[in-house]
Amino acid sequence: MTSVLRVEHLSYSYPGAERPAVRDLSLEISAGELVVLAGASGSGKSTLLRAASGLVPHFYGGEIAGRVTVAGMDTREHGPGELAFAVGTLFQDPETQVVMGTVRAELAFPLENRGESGSAVARGVEETALALGISHLLDRSTSELSGGELQRVALGAALAGRPALVVLDEPTSQLDPVAGDELISLLRRCNEDADTTIVLAEHRLERCLSAADRVIALVDGEIACDADPADFLRWAALGAPELQTPGARLLAGAGLPAAVGVKPARAALRERSLLPDPRAAGSAPALGEDRRRGRPRRVTRPLRGRERSAESALALARVWHELPRGPAILRDASLVLMAGEHVALMGRNGAGKSTLLRHAAGLMRPTRGKVQSAGRVALLLQNPTDYLVHETVAAEASVHSLAAVGLSSPAFAGRNPRDLSGGERQRLALAIVLDDPDGPPAVVCLDEPTRGMDRGRKGELAELLAEMPAAVLVATHDPEFVAAFADRVVLLADGAPIADGPAADVLAGGTYFATETARILGGAGGALRPEEGVALIAGSLQTEAVTAR
Amino acid sequence: MSYRRLASPLHAARAGAGCAYCLALACAALLAEHPIMLAAVTLAIAGAGCAAGVGRELRRAALFAIPLAVMIVLVNAFVSRDGLTVLLRLGQLPVLGHTDITLEATAYGAILGLRAVALILCGALYTAAVDPDEVLRLFRRVSFRSALTATLATRMVPVLVRDARRLADAQRCRPGKPPSRLALMRAASSGVLDRALDVAAALEVRGYGSAHRPPRARRPYSRHDVAFAAVAAAIVMLSVGARATGAAPFHAYPSLYSPAGSGVLAIAAALLACALAPFADRRGIG
Repeated sequence: MTSVLRVEHLSYSYPGAERPAVRDLSLEISAGELVVLAGASGSGKSTLLRAASGLVPHFYGGEIAGRVTVAGMDTREHGPGELAFAVGTLFQDPETQVVMGTVRAELAFPLENRGESGSAVARGVEETALALGISHLLDRSTSELSGGELQRVALGAALAGRPALVVLDEPTSQLDPVAGDELISLLRRCNEDADTTIVLAEHRLERCLSAADRVIALVDGEIACDADPADFLRWAALGAPELQTPGARLLAGAGLPAAVGVKPARAALRERSLLPDPRAAGSAPALGEDRRRGRPRRVTRPLRGRERSAESALALARVWHELPRGPAILRDASLVLMAGEHVALMGRNGAGKSTLLRHAAGLMRPTRGKVQSAGRVALLLQNPTDYLVHETVAAEASVHSLAAVGLSSPAFAGRNPRDLSGGERQRLALAIVLDDPDGPPAVVCLDEPTRGMDRGRKGELAELLAEMPAAVLVATHDPEFVAAFADRVVLLADGAPIADGPAADVLAGGTYFATETARILGGAGGALRPEEGVALIAGSLQTEAVTAR
Repeated sequence: MSYRRLASPLHAARAGAGCAYCLALACAALLAEHPIMLAAVTLAIAGAGCAAGVGRELRRAALFAIPLAVMIVLVNAFVSRDGLTVLLRLGQLPVLGHTDITLEATAYGAILGLRAVALILCGALYTAAVDPDEVLRLFRRVSFRSALTATLATRMVPVLVRDARRLADAQRCRPGKPPSRLALMRAASSGVLDRALDVAAALEVRGYGSAHRPPRARRPYSRHDVAFAAVAAAIVMLSVGARATGAAPFHAYPSLYSPAGSGVLAIAAALLACALAPFADRRGIG
């Protein structure tokens, strides 16, 4: 098969870096492959993608050894501009990738840069828009698009020139589960229909492994595994458990070999008669169905007299947020958080999650309705870097607060906050908002705290939140993270809560806002995490054994 | 303030015609001295903005322009030593010395202020109603990099405004004593640099670095293209003609001379009618 990307003994260090980002890396990717790059943060995934697009070393500088060849072009001789003929690139943040004013101009931009004729540009724009289902957006201004729409447009710009290779760096990290799944499906379709080679770096492997032909796992800048998805999962079970998907952990716990994707995992369990019956007692009900009586229950909780009492840490009562000359972002939203309660706020991009958190913290005033809290509401917004204004970590927050987030070691004290890793910056920003001489906050709100985090760091953050005595409200798209820390889930749509209940009810009863374990088990027993699923399977086996006797 | 495609004749016209129209209005504002002519130009720009559906954007620009105009009037009144009609004798003032406020200096300051308002509104009309992507396409054949830099600079403005708002929100979430302005400035500039780096990387991978001179795009002239181009030519001719023939005479010093004869009124009315005429035809603007 023709090689589209060939990497030979690549070693690369960023300017001023103490150690190389990738070391003696060699691989070859053939035309038409869909490859997933797996690995923890800092393992070298982004560097490898940047090397493929020519940004490393031409844009970032640094020291490079070895050779990278893309579609026959040596990246040492050809810069990113020339390589753009062969490589389409998509980064994490859609907002910084869109450079033109309208969607049509954005799709035309790479084609015009190639010197294509007017008719070729027009045809390329139309075909790309049709392929990605964005033809209705063509004349829209890019400043009016949602995150999911922007990411699709950026993907369109990457694909418009029909490149032989498309490299994507965590393209779904800022998207809701629906938009994320749609993007992966689009990639699969481009790969199948146009034979485009795709290299995708992603942390949420459960989302993309079933679409992949091959998985390359990087550990400390070196290739630790290069195999098909099933073999990769077998390797991960022993070599890198933090890279295992929840489904693989569930199957491993049940004593079965790993299967890639929900359907094969369910089939494997069914084959051994290990799949619990979703209709069995204790199963999670569908959204809106009363678990005990089997009749529809109220999906939003009205504010009751008892909940207005001192016990409630935060109460939003019939809050509206209406934009002047624009739509209503929150519509009659009511929500009560009891002291010490850990709640996840979920919903599509644009559902009103961030706005609700801003109202809770007093950054916005409702156009109608009331917000009350039992004390200070600490809010950690989406971008932790916005909080970092001092020269050293020690200057940002008190020792006590830094200790609470695990950053009190002297090794951190003198470092510049902007030099910290993404996860460390997140923890430092949390220390800043928690740090109050007047006492701890009554409520801690976090907006999308796991964006771009690997599974290990998410686990650490979930543990940190679980230990917090304050009420915690987290807006997130990540059901696996929700399952790890939340007691209760509120699902928001069009600015109003449409479901509100225990995490097991809400996450196990749905499809998009469900964990992989819940999807495999069909919501049985309300099991959300692999360990809960394994316990459920073991429990049902015991019941069967007793019945048989 | 940024461009948004709306259903208006000006938005429907090609960028070349839109640019020519805005340039002609700016040219008229620079050439006009007579207050009636300047008022007509300002009214024409405001009317064009309302007819194009960008009145709100122009109003926002006026909020900045009017205080600037007032400042120009005050500065000219205090600084200018010309004019025979003394309105106010202020005597010896520190720095300024002997100061008399004259009618002529105040009137001339008002002319300068009105011109500044007209030019700022004209800039706002251009930003809100002429597609920057098309302007880029128009100028890239001449100087691609300069055109792209200019367009990106205008695109970065709303992005940076959003970033600044985010930074301000984050600082409001910090409990205790707020950080110093210097620390905030440092953080903001570092954020801007990060943002610029991201955009530069995106441009590189879209092939900007090896940009070829694009081919000439053939597109038939629409009724709106023709109307705005013709009106732009008419506005320039009227302004240059009025200036060259002295049909709208004005001088501020030593004493104010600003006759409001029928000739001036006719030219001002013609200019206003000309500028607003293309908005009457609303066919094919969707």
